[in-house]
Amino acid sequence: MNQILSKEQLSQDVYRMRIRAPLIAEERKPGQFIILQLDTEFGERIPLTIADADAKEGSITIIFQAVGKSTKLLARMEEGEKIANLVGPLGRPTHIEKFGTVVCVGGGIGVAPLYPIAQGMKEAGNRLVVVIGARTKELVILEKEMRAIADEVIVCTDDGSYGRKGLVTAPLKELCEGDPKPDLAVAIGPPIMMKFCALTTKPYGVPTVVSLNTIMIDGTGMCGGCRVTVGGKTKFVCVDGPEFDGHQVDFDQMMQRLGSYREQEKIAAAGCNLHNEAVKKGLKE
Amino acid sequence: MSFHTPESLQEAARAEWARIQSLPQPLKPRDRLSIPMQEMPAQEPLARARNMQEVALGYFEEQARVEAARCLQCKNAPCVQGCPVRISIPRFIAALAEGDPAKAIAVIKETSLLPAVCGRVCPQETQCQEPCTVGKSLKSVEKAVSIGRLERYAADWEREHGAAAAPVVAPPTGKKVAVVGSGPAGITVAADVRRAGHEVVLFEAFHKAGGVLVYGIPEFRLPKAIVRAELDTLKKMGVEIRTNFVVGRTRRITDLIAKDGFDAVFVGSGAGLPKFMEIEGENLVGVYSANEYLTRSNLMRAYDRERAVTPIHAAQRVAVLGGGNVAMDAARTALRLGAKEVHLIYRRTEVEMPARVEEVAHAKEEGVQFHMLQNAKRILGENGKVAGIECLRYELGEPDASGRRRPVEIKGSEFQMGMDAVIVAIGNESNPLIEQTTPGLEVDKWGHIVTDENGRTSLPKVFAGGDIVLGAATVILAMGEGRKAAAAINEMLKG
Ligand SMILES: Cc1cc2nc3c(=O)[nH]c(=O)nc-3n(C[C@H](O)[C@H](O)[C@H](O)COP(=O)(O)OP(=O)(O)OC[C@H]3O[C@@H](n4cnc5c(N)ncnc54)[C@H](O)[C@@H]3O)c2cc1C
Ligand SMILES: Cc1cc2nc3c(=O)[nH]c(=O)nc-3n(C[C@H](O)[C@H](O)[C@H](O)COP(=O)(O)OP(=O)(O)OC[C@H]3O[C@@H](n4cnc5c(N)ncnc54)[C@H](O)[C@@H]3O)c2cc1C
Ligand code: SF4
Ligand code: FES
Repeated sequence: MNQILSKEQLSQDVYRMRIRAPLIAEERKPGQFIILQLDTEFGERIPLTIADADAKEGSITIIFQAVGKSTKLLARMEEGEKIANLVGPLGRPTHIEKFGTVVCVGGGIGVAPLYPIAQGMKEAGNRLVVVIGARTKELVILEKEMRAIADEVIVCTDDGSYGRKGLVTAPLKELCEGDPKPDLAVAIGPPIMMKFCALTTKPYGVPTVVSLNTIMIDGTGMCGGCRVTVGGKTKFVCVDGPEFDGHQVDFDQMMQRLGSYREQEKIAAAGCNLHNEAVKKGLKE
Repeated sequence: MSFHTPESLQEAARAEWARIQSLPQPLKPRDRLSIPMQEMPAQEPLARARNMQEVALGYFEEQARVEAARCLQCKNAPCVQGCPVRISIPRFIAALAEGDPAKAIAVIKETSLLPAVCGRVCPQETQCQEPCTVGKSLKSVEKAVSIGRLERYAADWEREHGAAAAPVVAPPTGKKVAVVGSGPAGITVAADVRRAGHEVVLFEAFHKAGGVLVYGIPEFRLPKAIVRAELDTLKKMGVEIRTNFVVGRTRRITDLIAKDGFDAVFVGSGAGLPKFMEIEGENLVGVYSANEYLTRSNLMRAYDRERAVTPIHAAQRVAVLGGGNVAMDAARTALRLGAKEVHLIYRRTEVEMPARVEEVAHAKEEGVQFHMLQNAKRILGENGKVAGIECLRYELGEPDASGRRRPVEIKGSEFQMGMDAVIVAIGNESNPLIEQTTPGLEVDKWGHIVTDENGRTSLPKVFAGGDIVLGAATVILAMGEGRKAAAAINEMLKG
């Protein structure tokens, strides 16, 4: 179990891994995530969306960006190695039904968690429009996969090196102005992007689902570390979410809380080979 | 209470034991009542407030014998009535007085499965020691026979002498039982059901088994090696422990029965959802639930800054809201993580605090500052981070229906204190995950699973016990419930 079956680099810091996890593959639904930990004694628990799964093969796929200590360690692992701890599927599945036209907007690595949802929406008979945003051409991921399932795909880059130049909110606005306007928008990406997508759709009354990527520990509702304010109420992302009504989420507070550990994370990412050795030792056992 | 070094306590106990030997035997009750209560040897308060090692060091042999000699061997044994699992207290104490710890532990294990844990964490002063005749005669429950310390002594003796044999397991029955949650309730059920020869799989959501004993109660109060020893015993008995398995998500209870062939399921998933105060500022950076704070420190080892990856704020001034064991653990953990000042804020007075008396005393000795009859009104922030706390003062009003004097706020008594972290320790609610994913499982309005007196739920083959049934309770009650449910499961699987 938990064996890495394949590893592939999608862009500079983005990796795709297929991992053996038969039970999770069988039970998972779009929108759900796993939590993994690379060292039982000292590792941290990090949440990653299940980007795809193959129940027959007993595998799940994760796509992640190496941004800090644990994701960088994960990126260094190779085929055949085992991940110490992997638990899931966690969170509530996406509410999928036939809405009509659904716009799925993904920013950066957010395109990965978006993919299974887009797939589900298409299978439910929706017209599917996908907007992919990235800083630059090299960072665009899953375009081919999205084109295979979507009725329309729009790609934007901040620097104009590929597709349209600009932010995802521009095509989103145009779609909302269209007739008929979309019945649902799903936006996943950096909190700032989700915030502005929600602000964009709001005047048009297009319901907008966002998937929040807060800091988590247990992922089962036990610690409250993942809490956010939605519609004035405290919610736990791991059990009440990860998807919420984007028009109700207090994004500013969420961004502040995401910054919680920035200082310590820099220290953790910078130093301390002790831990890497501990992990390697763990892998051999 | 002034601090006495372990050496001086041992010295005094030795002298006392010699004195006792010189008295005419058998001792008269009057002689027994004149024997001084044996204080628990502990690490020096200021030193221990900066390390994670266990605070209470355990009785010396001399102390155990002296303390055991205080017991009057009452015919009616009121202490046994006070014990939730009815340990045969006078009998095990008599064995210790005779210098036979092996016999003492055998007596305890007739009814209790986790004596090394319970001896350390039970609220003895409201259970067995409360009605103790010695305490009554000396007019103070604090002078009762130290039953808990003696229980711990016997259990530690067994572990340290490698005398603990795994219980005998009956021949395989071909039946299979799933136990959900590896806290005290789950551990107990796994042991008792496995003993009857059934196959047992213990499912745990976390990457480590042990429940609150591992992620909640800190090392300095309950060394993890003790919990590990209990889990090792289970493994030796042939119990399979599956960590990283969230029942309800990884597999539903109904599927465990229908698809995976389990003949019975016991749910011991604990009280998991932290309550917040619902006051302004509670989502600022630097506000934690006690669960998060303690999990980061205990389970993720954040206190080991050299090696742990999981970060924890190095706060200088910490406020802890609450008055139970969880609040004491959080406050004392904050000191050990380097806080200069820790302020414990509680709405009622110290008498009403639900924490164990010993923990309150230890917290004070270590320098936690107690603010009684105060409550947080809002948490103040600066750039999204905690900067302070605003509190209100309270006074005790008229007694309510239960006879307790209710605290009422004093209008206009607001005052502020600078803080850089706030830990909320005002209790837990039940985790709804199992309920939400198990159609037909009856719960009450607080989300506690409804059971009969033998742990049977509204679903056939499904049993439950511990905090998920009782609400946040105690280790011993979780164990007691587990034993009853295990008996009922074994009975059901007999035919
Ligand atoms: C439900 C959920 C699903 C997720 N799915 C994915 C996914 O499919 N692919 C993926 O790459 N990431 C995903 N994330 C984010 C991922 O969990 C974090 O990137 C990861 O925990 C960072 O760990 P680290 O130790 O490598 O970085 P750290 O050393 O912990 O942090 C490095 C930097 O990343 C920032 N950071 C930390 N946590 C987060 C976070 N949750 N979101 C954004 N920035 C963060 C820190 O502030 C810091 O600047 C998801 C998060 C959640 C809650
Ligand atoms: C900080 C703290 C200090 C305490 N101090 C004391 C004390 O001094 N004395 C005392 O008597 N009591 C104390 N208690 C209370 C005592 O620990 C609990 O009453 C007791 O642990 C309850 O046991 P349990 O077996 O019901 O549940 P828990 O010990 O809570 O164990 C439940 C386990 O189930 C797991 N779980 C939950 N959901 C699932 C799922 N869906 N699938 C798989 N696994 C799951 C959890 O991860 C957990 O490991 C304290 C509690 C805390 C939090
Ligand atoms: S009540 Fe006290 S004195 Fe009497 S048997 Fe129990 S422990 Fe001994
Ligand atoms: S991650 Fe702990 S409650 Fe959500």
